[in-house]
Amino acid sequence: MDLDDTPEQAAYREQVRAWLDQNKAQAPVLQGPGALEDEAEIVAARRAWQGRLAEAGLAGVTWPKEYGGQGLGPLEQVICNQEIARAKVPGILDAIGVGMLGPTIIAHGADEQKARYLGPMLHGDEVWCQLFSEPAAGSDLAAVQTRARQQDDGSWRLTGQKVWTTNAQFASYGLILARTDVDVPKHKGMTMFVLPMDAEGVTVRGLRQISGEAEFNEVFLDDVALDADAVVGGVGNGWGTALTTLMFERVTIGLGSEGLGYNSARFAKAIASDEHARRDPEVRRQLGEIASELLAVRFTGYRTLSALQRGQIPGPEAGLAKVTIVNGAIKSGDLIADVLGPDALDEGSEWAYMISFLPGLKSAGGTEEILRNTIGERVLGLPPEPRLDKGIPFSELRAKEAASA
Amino acid sequence: MNLDLSDEQVLLREAARGTLSRFKNLEAAREALDSGGSPPDLWPTAVEAGWPGLLVDEAHGGAGLDAFDAMLVLGECGRVLAAIPLLGHLPATAILDSSPAGAELLPALASGDQRAVYLAARPPDDMHGEWSVDPAGGMERAPVPIATRGADGSTHVTGQLAFVPDAPGADVLVGVALLEGKPVGFAVQASAAGVSIDSVRRYDATRALGHVALQDAPATILDASPEALAGAWHLAQALIAAESLGAVESALETSVAYAKERFTFGRAIGSYQAVKHSLTEVLRQLENGRSLLYYAGWSRNGAPAEFPLAAGAARSVAGRALDTAARTMISVHGGIGATWEHDAPLYFRRAQLNRRLLGGTALASDQVACELIAQA
Repeated sequence: MDLDDTPEQAAYREQVRAWLDQNKAQAPVLQGPGALEDEAEIVAARRAWQGRLAEAGLAGVTWPKEYGGQGLGPLEQVICNQEIARAKVPGILDAIGVGMLGPTIIAHGADEQKARYLGPMLHGDEVWCQLFSEPAAGSDLAAVQTRARQQDDGSWRLTGQKVWTTNAQFASYGLILARTDVDVPKHKGMTMFVLPMDAEGVTVRGLRQISGEAEFNEVFLDDVALDADAVVGGVGNGWGTALTTLMFERVTIGLGSEGLGYNSARFAKAIASDEHARRDPEVRRQLGEIASELLAVRFTGYRTLSALQRGQIPGPEAGLAKVTIVNGAIKSGDLIADVLGPDALDEGSEWAYMISFLPGLKSAGGTEEILRNTIGERVLGLPPEPRLDKGIPFSELRAKEAASA
Repeated sequence: MNLDLSDEQVLLREAARGTLSRFKNLEAAREALDSGGSPPDLWPTAVEAGWPGLLVDEAHGGAGLDAFDAMLVLGECGRVLAAIPLLGHLPATAILDSSPAGAELLPALASGDQRAVYLAARPPDDMHGEWSVDPAGGMERAPVPIATRGADGSTHVTGQLAFVPDAPGADVLVGVALLEGKPVGFAVQASAAGVSIDSVRRYDATRALGHVALQDAPATILDASPEALAGAWHLAQALIAAESLGAVESALETSVAYAKERFTFGRAIGSYQAVKHSLTEVLRQLENGRSLLYYAGWSRNGAPAEFPLAAGAARSVAGRALDTAARTMISVHGGIGATWEHDAPLYFRRAQLNRRLLGGTALASDQVACELIAQA
């Protein structure tokens, strides 16, 4: 058991650190004095910064060299993330594209798609968004209803609605999961497409949440035309292609979960700032219990990394870390509000924002309930919940649901 | 970065599992509860396996292994609720191993010819300025023994220590005393004048406990550093955490197996979300605890300043995990899980007692808060 860098890893870390030291003056300032405020300016500055990181080899670290990556392992990616955090500069803007959608295109895309999209994605010239969830398809993602109909000339027409889409307001492209065949069971009738976000019929609308801010978007598709070559991974193979994206999502969460900023040191600082709270046995007990679980997640991440280095792919149990983080952060927010009083809920307080953001985060990437189902079945081997949608053509299923509602 | 077990560690764990599987530990625990006696003494088995010397330097006849290796063995003991007094023995050997004056005691303890017990003493923190030991009752911590030096240069210790794990039957007692106001390590022979160890009737028959009284007992002062003395406390926290998580592991396995084979309303109860989610919660706490065992095992040598935080966090999570696992085990089994014939009550008893020993899980959580507040 060893948490230290090997000589090769230490050399790599040194190289990353040296580049960041030399170049961090050019990084956009997002917090504190002189911070950018205008969203368009922030996005432009972060895209430019992503381009610099990519040129230096600090973006797409695990991408194969032929697509502009470094062809390195997950550990080098983590070293890179750690050094970026240490330098207190922003990471890449398009973490969803580079971390999840790019690898999906690398795994399933046509050569022309790889040649056209991967370079501009990596360099931040074209930002991507993930168009999977819908108002009636979240945990049960295979229930997507966005309909893609093939035309006589082989092109497609898409109509439907997507939701919870991060970065859609400035994305150039989206990877969209749509239903292409309603006469087969639901997992079989889907196809993945590349969607230009400026296509006619695409409308993006900010989705405000409890905090009042809009971190996500709704995306409406009204008879949007796509060429035949927009298909990724083959017609009818959308579910398998989506699973690849979700697998990379787990890797991203597993390697970067502390990056959410919900860590024990930050919460302890808020408690310690109150002279009475830091000596109150009940506050200390609660802080100790919450912090212990959050500390565990860091080492769960290292375990995930060890598994990745062995060539194993993290399974759904990585989702347990997400449950721990979100619930730990919710309890921390609650404790901090108890200590600080209504001030903690003042607009502009970091705690007010966190407290408002977390109830929604509980459902992000699959609700806690569906995660526990999946883990109970895949990891503990418990029998599945009986399902009423197996082997039934999607159109019949919809009719059945409508009849019983 | 590599958190995988080494081949040697995998072997150590597999060998421990194999060795312990030769005994009907759970049956022995139930019989001991019935008879009011103790389960059969498995110390000879531990000796045969080389566990007494796990943490003792090879120069003194030990295996010279790390805390994490000891935690692997304790985890296996916990899996089957085996009554092997390593929790008391190992931290005592760690103190002796860090003290030249302890060297002559070590060979007999490393071989297992003699057994040591650690008189657990908690170092001061930001709320409590003094070293303390577990009290005989109530929430207030008790003072550590006082050591005095006679005119002839000999040293004697006087003090009371309550609920000391594995004290009955020990040959050598190792603890912390105040000598002229300063903390020092000491060792006394159990057979010496002024030493009494009263075996305590216990809720968990697999956990030997004793009240120890020292009255001017002749002691060897150990020249261990305050860090080494504090390290023994944190090591004990990490070991009881590992042992608790071993019990969580087997409690969960038994519960999952039952949830697959027990049917109600025409389907296995494990298919119901209410049951599935409660078992997943046990797994979540178990995985968090496992991760913290790695943290504790690594930090003891790799980042000693973080060891109190890591060991406290491991203990905090493991103590609560075992409580959750035992209660879930009972509820998943339905009414039968709460009957004497079932194994679940044995896990439940272990969970309730473990959480109150060695400062208790609550004090471990406080330790975590203390460390984090100090850094804030």
